[in-house]
Amino acid sequence: MTDRRGMPRTTVSLAVCGSGGAGVMTAGNMLLDAAARAGWYGLMVRSSGPQIRGGEAAALLRFAPHPIDCLDDRFDALIAIDWQNIHRFADEIPLDGASLIVADPDQGAPPGAYLACGARCVNLPLKRLAKAIPGSWPNMVALGLAAELIGVPADAVKHVVTRSLKKAGDTLAASLAAIDAGAKAAGEIGAGLALAPPPARNASRWLISGNEAAGLGAIRGGVRFVAAYPITPATELLEWLAPALPKVGGVLVQAEDELASINMAIGASYGGVPALTATAGPGLALMTEALGLSVAAEVPIVVVDVMRGGPSTGIPAKSEQSDVSIALWGLHGDAPRIVVAPNSVADCLTTTQWAVQLAEHLQAPAIVLSDQFLGQARAVADRPAEVAFIGERLTAPARTEGYRRYAITDSGISPMAIPGTPGLAYTADGLEHNERGIPSSGAGDHRAQLAKRERKLVAHDYGGQWADVEGRGELAVVTFGSCTGAVREALVRARADGIDTRLVSMRLLAPARPKLLAAVLDGVERVLVVEQNHGGQFFRYLRAEFELPREVASCRHPGPLPIRPDEVYRHVVEWSRR
Amino acid sequence: MSPRKAATKADAVSRRKARPRLRVVKPARRVAPSGPTTRELMAHAYALELEAAERYAEFAEAMEAHNNREVAELFRKLARIEHRHAEQILEETGWTKPPAPPSTGYRWEGLEAPETADFTALHYLMQPYHALVIALHNERRAHKFFQSLAASATSDKVRRDAEAMAAEEAEHVRLIEAWMTRTPPPEAGWDHDPDPPRNVD
Amino acid sequence: MTTATAPSVTARPPQAYKSDYKPIWCPGCGDYSVLSAFTKAFAALELAPEQIAVVSGIGCSSRIPAYVTSYGFHGVHGRALAAATGLKVARPDLTVVAAGGDGDGYSIGGNHFLHACRRNVDLTYVVMDNHVYGMTKGQPSPTTEPDWVSKLSPAGTGLRVFHPLVVALAAGANFIARGFSGDPNGLAALLMEAIRAPGFSFVEVLSPCVTYRPEQREWKGQVRPAPVGPTDDAARAARRLLTDDGFNIGVLYRGSRKPFQPPVGKGAARVAELEKAFEL
Repeated sequence: MTDRRGMPRTTVSLAVCGSGGAGVMTAGNMLLDAAARAGWYGLMVRSSGPQIRGGEAAALLRFAPHPIDCLDDRFDALIAIDWQNIHRFADEIPLDGASLIVADPDQGAPPGAYLACGARCVNLPLKRLAKAIPGSWPNMVALGLAAELIGVPADAVKHVVTRSLKKAGDTLAASLAAIDAGAKAAGEIGAGLALAPPPARNASRWLISGNEAAGLGAIRGGVRFVAAYPITPATELLEWLAPALPKVGGVLVQAEDELASINMAIGASYGGVPALTATAGPGLALMTEALGLSVAAEVPIVVVDVMRGGPSTGIPAKSEQSDVSIALWGLHGDAPRIVVAPNSVADCLTTTQWAVQLAEHLQAPAIVLSDQFLGQARAVADRPAEVAFIGERLTAPARTEGYRRYAITDSGISPMAIPGTPGLAYTADGLEHNERGIPSSGAGDHRAQLAKRERKLVAHDYGGQWADVEGRGELAVVTFGSCTGAVREALVRARADGIDTRLVSMRLLAPARPKLLAAVLDGVERVLVVEQNHGGQFFRYLRAEFELPREVASCRHPGPLPIRPDEVYRHVVEWSRR
Repeated sequence: MSPRKAATKADAVSRRKARPRLRVVKPARRVAPSGPTTRELMAHAYALELEAAERYAEFAEAMEAHNNREVAELFRKLARIEHRHAEQILEETGWTKPPAPPSTGYRWEGLEAPETADFTALHYLMQPYHALVIALHNERRAHKFFQSLAASATSDKVRRDAEAMAAEEAEHVRLIEAWMTRTPPPEAGWDHDPDPPRNVD
Repeated sequence: MTTATAPSVTARPPQAYKSDYKPIWCPGCGDYSVLSAFTKAFAALELAPEQIAVVSGIGCSSRIPAYVTSYGFHGVHGRALAAATGLKVARPDLTVVAAGGDGDGYSIGGNHFLHACRRNVDLTYVVMDNHVYGMTKGQPSPTTEPDWVSKLSPAGTGLRVFHPLVVALAAGANFIARGFSGDPNGLAALLMEAIRAPGFSFVEVLSPCVTYRPEQREWKGQVRPAPVGPTDDAARAARRLLTDDGFNIGVLYRGSRKPFQPPVGKGAARVAELEKAFEL
């Protein structure tokens, strides 16, 4: 099976949609689980209407024999259990003449928005098929159909369904029979969507969401105190940590608001316990004052910002990369801080873990810029490697003579006294202070402490984790976060067209490392900056703080739609021809 | 202002079809202050139907917003029926516009008028049969309400009027029951939704 | 004077206060009844829709401004009272109603709640309390029972619940009432009284969450009209509220504090007069 340009297609994208009670998410999750179990990689993203229950919903899935980090430009198939308000997802489920729509004819005609592309439309009475098997549901028929269409063995599907259905007996047997019915119907469609075979299993693989991965990364890094205030789309990260932390001797407290949660976490960290909280844009905005306190008092803290549509309340359930500016610039005063950005679902683990290590080592706040796409997507990923990013705070031994908490050192890092340690008591302070921590308004102390806090971040060696750098060429694409997957795919296509490019996916956004970027842009004449926001926040940052070649362009648009590989590909092709 | 008899018999028949006719005559004088007057009785009857209609219309909107089109349509139908009942009361009493509430307020037995459905009775996956169960419950309550009024009436006239209203409601009960026999009972697992609730804000 | 039964020219039916925008609340949610009570109260008070402003925060119940035809302000989480205060002080001619849920109002909004009671600006605050954070999928709120298990509190919160009426009284609220969404007419009457009452009027409404707290269906069997009428004696109210079990419906306290009055001059001075102080 090939794509539009005759390239062998190695991935299949499939969407399942329906309204309240149709069980679309369940079916999608089961399909992902089954494909994962059978050896494939996959990614699932959810979309839904504004209702809490009963609303229209779409499960967007993509499968391949290799790891996937983004959605494709189009969907190969759309299975509709019904069409109630499904027109709302037309932008998110792009179809074309090569796509297949399978719909229940008893549920009405597909909306014009989907038919307009010329997709092939096949009728399948999902509800009637389900009704013929007492105790079964249309979503199980759809599941069997979808699995067969893409070549996931029925055994894998049935295993997943058996494990997840709480009631055994009739309902299970009915669901399994429904899966068979769906598979049989798929056989009659002849869609030609079968996936390339999965790889011979050697890597240990996980099925995980970005939010879960970030939570686990925090624990791996040493976090043992979390303060939580719910906010979409970060709540699941906190809800995952709530039972997990006590198991490893940690504790999670629900706070009354974000002001409380950040200050609670800072308090815990002052006490020597690595601490974290997670939030989204509006919560991060509330936390900025306390983050300044973390800077000034040199108390480590990690905040995961699962970015969503902004500004203000914005679009809570949709992804966007528009908190770059607040993360980089949002604190009052000269307040240097660490900003990192994971660039895949699995990387949410490693980069959050790294953030904990950096925060602890550098005694500073670290903001992790995740986003709703990464946070709430479920992906099959190779088991993240155990990395040695363990938080280690430089502490002072008991009864150090003439201990100075904020001593000026070459590295900028001064040993921290942990409460309970005899002979070292000091008062941590947001007020500017001298080396002993006594408040001071003197010019000398202010300059010395400002320089110390800047130096400790700037002098640190961040190692290879600062960016993923791939390929060589005169044209480079610089991006970060969830756009990385789409950019990577775009550049693979460009390479097939004979256009060599370099990809730089930056994980360390702050402090700026102009020398590092200049080194990887050596020989590059043109830079394309890709990001998912309206104002070009990352583009402006790079222009302001880094050395870039003469020609720099921006490829961007805001959420809720993702940056797709084709958008980047077309930019790259068009630019390389000029 | 006292109620007047509806126009010609023929008109009344054509409007009400084959249903018991309510005879409303101008009361000679108000009797005891404790029992309702005919006017008050009819004001209650009107308010009861109108409130029921409005509530069913709200239900229809809620179901529509949750993609339950079939039940939304059924609630819209019930709303239309209740509106018609309210209009009929205006016709029967000869009132040219809706009556003002009694100065002492409406005297319902419960918190709202007896035919007004409770918001908490809804389920986003409910089926048409459930909607009719709600309607049946409401009509029975309305029937009981007028029976109670009849029992506590302090004049023969008002008692007869209340009994006539009760008979109308009994007819409504029968109509709903008949409707239910034509409606399939809820399927097993009608409230089955394997997907969890979503966060949206 | 017109008779009580004759509708005035400014009367509008409750329907006139409902906007065309349909609520997305789950069917069965108590907030539908609260919306109905709002429209009945506005209609009975014969307020022009353009003279009313409904100010809210974030959460399911905070969506209410869009569902009424009055002016609305859907602000940020927990700050409805602050925005409502600013609006009412700047525009005392408007009828300002702040609305939201128990999470929005008592958790992140707690500080503003205290000070709104204390400041006693003439506005009405309606909290639709369902003992849960609904919009973010079911976390405990300050009024959630200590043993209610959720993902964020796998062993329950173990915390004493927040008593909003006691706190309101202690902080100086001038009118304190509790309503129940299962009685929209009674609630409409309460809202009317609250809006009419001068100063800060607080109405806590028990409004069940059908999705995350389906057991709250039982509330209709547990609520009762408050056994005694409202008192204007703060100490007596304090004793009653401290032993209140959360199900007494009605006006519980009606004080006589004067509403907040910022210092207001005649406003007739010209700016040039202000400059005189700097002249040498």
